[in-house]
Amino acid sequence: MNGIHDLGGRHGMGPIDIDPEQPIFHADWERRMFGMFILAFAGGHFNIDQFRAAIEKMKPAEYLESDYYEHWLYSLETWCKANGSLTDEEIENRMRKLSKGAA
Amino acid sequence: MSKAHEHDHDNRSDISLRVKAVESLLIEKGLLDPAAIDKLVDAYEHKIGPHNGARVVARAWSDPSYKQRLLKDGTAAIAELGFTGIQGEDMVVVENTSGVHNMVVCTLCSCYPWPTLGLPPNWYKAAPYRSRAVIDPRGVIEEFGLKIPESTEVRVWDSNAELRYLVLPERPAGTEGLDEAALAKLVTRDSMIGVGLPLSPDRGTE
Repeated sequence: MNGIHDLGGRHGMGPIDIDPEQPIFHADWERRMFGMFILAFAGGHFNIDQFRAAIEKMKPAEYLESDYYEHWLYSLETWCKANGSLTDEEIENRMRKLSKGAA
Repeated sequence: MSKAHEHDHDNRSDISLRVKAVESLLIEKGLLDPAAIDKLVDAYEHKIGPHNGARVVARAWSDPSYKQRLLKDGTAAIAELGFTGIQGEDMVVVENTSGVHNMVVCTLCSCYPWPTLGLPPNWYKAAPYRSRAVIDPRGVIEEFGLKIPESTEVRVWDSNAELRYLVLPERPAGTEGLDEAALAKLVTRDSMIGVGLPLSPDRGTE
């Protein structure tokens, strides 16, 4: 698919942010997202092509503006919803519950 | 704080909450084991990294028959050292010589040889490197502080979801007396991506 993810040869993306001290994960949610992805992948929720295909269907502006591991979340959600493991409603209800618990 | 920053901040805390919600639901449904997540994160954060690839390179520098196997069938030769698994199933090793410099990119995403290099640095996953590596490789390499002579051919390898590349850098001068372990210490992550060179022995063994 010829989409926004196909960045090779584009101009205007700015300088490369070379910081040798940068951590592998910037926040705990990135760690959790990484682990979930591997397990969901190993557990057969999606294969690598499906995983990529979902990311490639993200809206172009959303793709460029979101963090790397947000792409992973988007794909994981896409396939978990497709196979009936999760619904949007469940996720939103759980978010409300968790945010009340944290308050 | 500007409006834009506030907006970013809100999004970020939402993402963190959303990831937590998804994780807790999948755990509750018996689809995820939280201890397994911890174990995986620990492995990729602390155990699997470029020191693995450095051992492969040092072995190739020390053992000509290993080097031959490595260039012929990267996956099998790397597996000889025990580095196998996810995102390293099909490995191609490309050799730098006096006339050829190789560099690796994934223009579509972030494909990277996990068993030998661990998880990619952020710049490897970000738009500036991905977009420019294929149209201005010399300029990109210079941004990393390395100038490739005009007479040297630069080859750029675009990784994909299955095929992963590892650069075999040239062995630095003045390393004739070093054993494999000492050589491995000279091999940097960037030299195996092709945006750097190995350390010289006087710097690397400090």
